Amino acid sequence: MTLPISPVAVVLLVPAMAIPILVLASNYRLGAALNMLACALTFAAGVSLLFAERVRTDLFIIDDFNIYLVTLTTFVGFTSSVFSASYFGHELETGRLTPAFLRFYHAMYQAMMGAMNVALVANNIGLLWVGLEVATLTTVMMVGIYRTAEAIEAAWKYFILGSVGIGLAFFGTILVYLVSQEIVGEGLQAMAWDVLVTHSARFDPQLLSLAFVFLLVGYGTKIGLAPFHAWLPDAHAEGPTPISAVLSGLLLNVALYSLLRFKIVLAGNPATLNVGAIMIALGLLSVVFAAFMLYRRRDIKRLFAYSSIEHMGIATFAFGVGGLLANFAGLLHMTMHSLTKSAIFFAVGHIAQVKGTKRIANMGGLSVTHPVLAVGFTLGVLAIAGLPPFGVFASEFMLVSSTFARQPLLALALVFGLLVSFGAVVLRLQDVVFGKPKGPSGPVQGSYVPLFIHLALVLIAGLWLPEPIARWFRVVAQQLG
Amino acid sequence: MSSLSFDIAHLLAGSMLVLSFLLLYQDRITAVLNVFALQAIALALSVAWQSLVQEAPHLIVTAVLALLVKGFFIPTALHRMVRRLEIHREVEQVIGSGPTMLTGLFLVALSILLVQPVRESVSMLTREDLAFALAVILLGMLMMITRRNAVTQVVGFMSLENGLVLAATGAKGMPLVVEFSVAFSILIVFIVFGVFVFRIRERFDTVDVGALDRFRGERRDQA
Repeated sequence: MTLPISPVAVVLLVPAMAIPILVLASNYRLGAALNMLACALTFAAGVSLLFAERVRTDLFIIDDFNIYLVTLTTFVGFTSSVFSASYFGHELETGRLTPAFLRFYHAMYQAMMGAMNVALVANNIGLLWVGLEVATLTTVMMVGIYRTAEAIEAAWKYFILGSVGIGLAFFGTILVYLVSQEIVGEGLQAMAWDVLVTHSARFDPQLLSLAFVFLLVGYGTKIGLAPFHAWLPDAHAEGPTPISAVLSGLLLNVALYSLLRFKIVLAGNPATLNVGAIMIALGLLSVVFAAFMLYRRRDIKRLFAYSSIEHMGIATFAFGVGGLLANFAGLLHMTMHSLTKSAIFFAVGHIAQVKGTKRIANMGGLSVTHPVLAVGFTLGVLAIAGLPPFGVFASEFMLVSSTFARQPLLALALVFGLLVSFGAVVLRLQDVVFGKPKGPSGPVQGSYVPLFIHLALVLIAGLWLPEPIARWFRVVAQQLG
Repeated sequence: MSSLSFDIAHLLAGSMLVLSFLLLYQDRITAVLNVFALQAIALALSVAWQSLVQEAPHLIVTAVLALLVKGFFIPTALHRMVRRLEIHREVEQVIGSGPTMLTGLFLVALSILLVQPVRESVSMLTREDLAFALAVILLGMLMMITRRNAVTQVVGFMSLENGLVLAATGAKGMPLVVEFSVAFSILIVFIVFGVFVFRIRERFDTVDVGALDRFRGERRDQA
């Protein structure tokens, strides 16, 4: 099928063009509408990418791996923009933000979407790095938007840790180029990912392994793996809730995706170090650590930030275990976590706004005061806790069963972490939803549509995974080795 | 490659490493800033030399950028900032300068050991430059860990970034190096503005937007 203009160009150009327009849009409603429109256009382009030809240049590539991630990213970006319109409407009314900040926020939102798309469709490993760097910078600025002491502190922490991570990842990228230019020759093709994969068997294994260690620590910081996670809970808790949703749902995924690209390169060279073992260790550490940290959280957004660390740990663990089934589970888990966690943050945003607080102790009795919201929140939390029939259960079950077949001890450790975190999340769910109603019980402004669309998708994926999606996952799972 | 050009490249990269060590134990903020400016100038010379040796004229852009932004603009801005905040006479407690120097030595040895086994086919120059660059990067991280003050932490990060640019320009024929160095410069300018905001908060104990606007001149977009 031929399209008049390449969808790749559209997913990059629409956000780029929207930035100056949004900076100029002085009316808040107009800005929010334009932001939604730009996200919708990008999403449409992302969907049309599914039907477009697979192309590659030295800078960009479209393959089975990134095609579904682009669709997922643009979709969650769109639903989050719908949520953010109603969220910021409320913030304006309560006077926590002024319209000038929102102009800036909308422009940054599009910059972030564009940067994540650059990182996803990049074939050049340097361009991939640039995309992640810009996406990080824009989210740093949005995290600090409230200008409270805590928000600035969180943004600063995120900034410094993220920058060090980014710096180390850059050193890893240089090393990969050095290895490849011996074999492939100088120039752009020595940084093209698909060229790297074809030739990786002849690369110097020692230097390639060294490069991966830097990439792992660098991009691992952005994924939020323990012990490099320190920025993540602060950034999630202090930033505006739509940003928590895209941070958890999208940016962590894009960082993990970047790391996986390099894992594929190393998979082609048997003499390199055992990448899987390191990823298993980091993943397991994140799962168990986050599971225990979940118990003493008083801030509802911080609670779900730790849950994000846990789930990124699960996905990293899955890719570390490797093999067709575990890789499949990892890919499915990335997708399901992205949809579920952003749905939870939508619900949390509504709850925090009607209750006027983020402290769990000051919430309660949500099922009495806001029944519909309570249903949405409960479903989301049960899904993230890993209960059937939701998609998160499917991926976790697949992962645990495939690990049991090969490494029973590792599977036991993983199940332990999952159970501990299940207990914590359900405990907090009771505090919020049941019990005596606390706090104000005003009506929720804004629609529940994004929340329930996400939950419906997670439910459908848990019951029946459409064949084309399953086919992509299988192809990529094979590539990941 | 003639041995002279090899020696000069070594001299310049080596002087960056020596300056990294100097940075580790400076306890006055103004001294830290001056040493950092020197390191940036050494970086600029090193990159300019690489541009000559590799016959890559575009690297001159990176060299000039390093000289102007990191050698002059940022140190000057930070000098003015610390003077205005009246912390330029402050003596910062460097955590155990003896153990820190020893750790630094260990990190240099580590980076040589890591890079040494690299196959012979990578040119000598690249290999040795890589060892220097890695050492500068690790020392920059060490500095970030041992310091408590936001300004000196940022200098640690910028020194780390000097090592990155050294590594990128040492990799022969690496594409997009100039673009990367521009991207890094933008990142650094953002960080410096970030420090500005952060210090104001510590000093005036307020994040009142009005107070910030007065000092930043309507800039609302820095974290």
